Amino acid sequence: MKNPIVSLKNISFQYDPEERFALEDVSFDIYEGEWLAIVGHNGSGKSTMAKLLNGLQFPQHGEIAVAGIKLTEESVWDIRKYIGMVFQNPDNQFVGSTVEDDVAFGLENNGVPREEMVQRVEDSLKRVKMDKFLHQEPHNLSGGQKQRVAIASVLALRPAVIILDEATSMLDPRGRAEVLETVRTLKGEKGLTVISITHDLDEAAKADRIIVMNQGKVFREGTPREIFSMEGELVQLGLDIPFAVKMSNVLRAKGFSLPKQYLSEEELVTDLWTYHFSK
Amino acid sequence: MDISLQQVEYRYQVNTPFEHLAIQDVSIDIPSGTFLAIIGHTGSGKSTVLQHLNALLQPTKGKVIIGEREIAAGQKQKNLKDVRKKVGIVFQFPEHQLFEETVEKDIIFGPRNFGVSEAEAKRKARAALNSVNLSPEILEKSPFDLSGGQMRRVAIAGVLAMEPDVIVLDEPTAGLDPRGRKEIMEMFYHLHKERNLSTILVTHSMEDAAKYADRIVILKSGRVMKQGTPEEIFSAPRELMQLGLDVPEVVRFQMKLEEKLGFKLGQVYLSTEQLSDALARRFIRGDQS
Repeated sequence: MKNPIVSLKNISFQYDPEERFALEDVSFDIYEGEWLAIVGHNGSGKSTMAKLLNGLQFPQHGEIAVAGIKLTEESVWDIRKYIGMVFQNPDNQFVGSTVEDDVAFGLENNGVPREEMVQRVEDSLKRVKMDKFLHQEPHNLSGGQKQRVAIASVLALRPAVIILDEATSMLDPRGRAEVLETVRTLKGEKGLTVISITHDLDEAAKADRIIVMNQGKVFREGTPREIFSMEGELVQLGLDIPFAVKMSNVLRAKGFSLPKQYLSEEELVTDLWTYHFSK
Repeated sequence: MDISLQQVEYRYQVNTPFEHLAIQDVSIDIPSGTFLAIIGHTGSGKSTVLQHLNALLQPTKGKVIIGEREIAAGQKQKNLKDVRKKVGIVFQFPEHQLFEETVEKDIIFGPRNFGVSEAEAKRKARAALNSVNLSPEILEKSPFDLSGGQMRRVAIAGVLAMEPDVIVLDEPTAGLDPRGRKEIMEMFYHLHKERNLSTILVTHSMEDAAKYADRIVILKSGRVMKQGTPEEIFSAPRELMQLGLDVPEVVRFQMKLEEKLGFKLGQVYLSTEQLSDALARRFIRGDQS
């Protein structure tokens, strides 16, 4: 069942031999079809990891394999077919002059025949619900719409894994919701593997699994429930905890008895009602 | 220093085929010492309003009063240096604007432009670095050798070194991790109180608006949709959510709870502490008030 699609073995990387390691002895697997959130403070090595995963940088030590292929300078072009990346800034990754051109760009580079290209552009824009914007220019789009086009550009290349490198951090709340909803649907439909590098713990709470990075190392790995039970430790690492966890702690301190750990507001509302208000 | 926007309209590229109405009929009073949050979606006119606060843009209708200066539509303005000295703007990702060889040179650039002597500007640079919690040791470093968080603080120090009366912050925490966000906001709040500044915060974060602001303005499609105290603004959360805006988590939680309970608690609570106190009074101790 659990089939590793990406595996990292003892990865170490430094940008400058005189600086500290950006990543130090990092090992973990990413399984086919999962949504993995990677969280950590600024400078914890999250973005470096993204760069290593699709061969924008190469580790000094250790080995990365994608779909069983070892990542090297020779294999990088094959590997990039498996892994698509969406970056942080919606304005820095729009290369076409229209939505349609933007999605076609990657296909042209890969020598996809025209007929098929037209089809794939349309399909992938449909899947992110941007097919009505085919001939729009980027400046007419909101940040969330631009990021969805960026996702469509990646999808058109039919990758097995999509990496979101803080892809929602520059968006307003509505844009963020749009993008996450899109990713969730895609993951459900096609068994796409999603790696989301993020500060947004409410986003991470929805992932299947979370890896917490600290100072270039894997600090902890687990389900959202396991990770958020760390509470105080997370705050010390410069991270935050979901609202439902915070609220239930404050309520307990005021004398409410609440029997379990709450990751969603709905669960907490229901239990408050059951244990206290319905009496 | 008081600032007042009175029925301000701004059109970009007037009399060209690209003419575009960005804001209209915007009236906002910002008495000295106010902490004001401006909230709205991308494209709601936030940046256009922001640029009127120190006359980077001048209204195409209406007027802006900044301290003693009146900037009205259709009048040619001379010597806006004074205004720009008093109103400091920290733009989004201010670290992208660093350009000098050393941190010190970068920070003194602003004061020197306003005619401050080099010795005095250097003194101000040290004071500004202290305000942003950086040590004077980095003065001689290249700003480009610093971490992202430090670069942002240096850029902010460059604005503080001009000793403005009003500070305008455009999404100052974008891209920072939760701890970094909290540190930067606490720093601005401290400066606001300590120096009795007027602070205008343009943000997506309803949490920050609820926590720090005395008043909140909500912009939508270039108009002021709502303004008031945080309590006034968030007392009708459904209405805001229908407009596609967020509300603070605690407000959203109270709303869901009230829906489940089938009655209202009577007022909106803006912190987990206040809300849990109110719930405990009612349901643990059994007060009916």
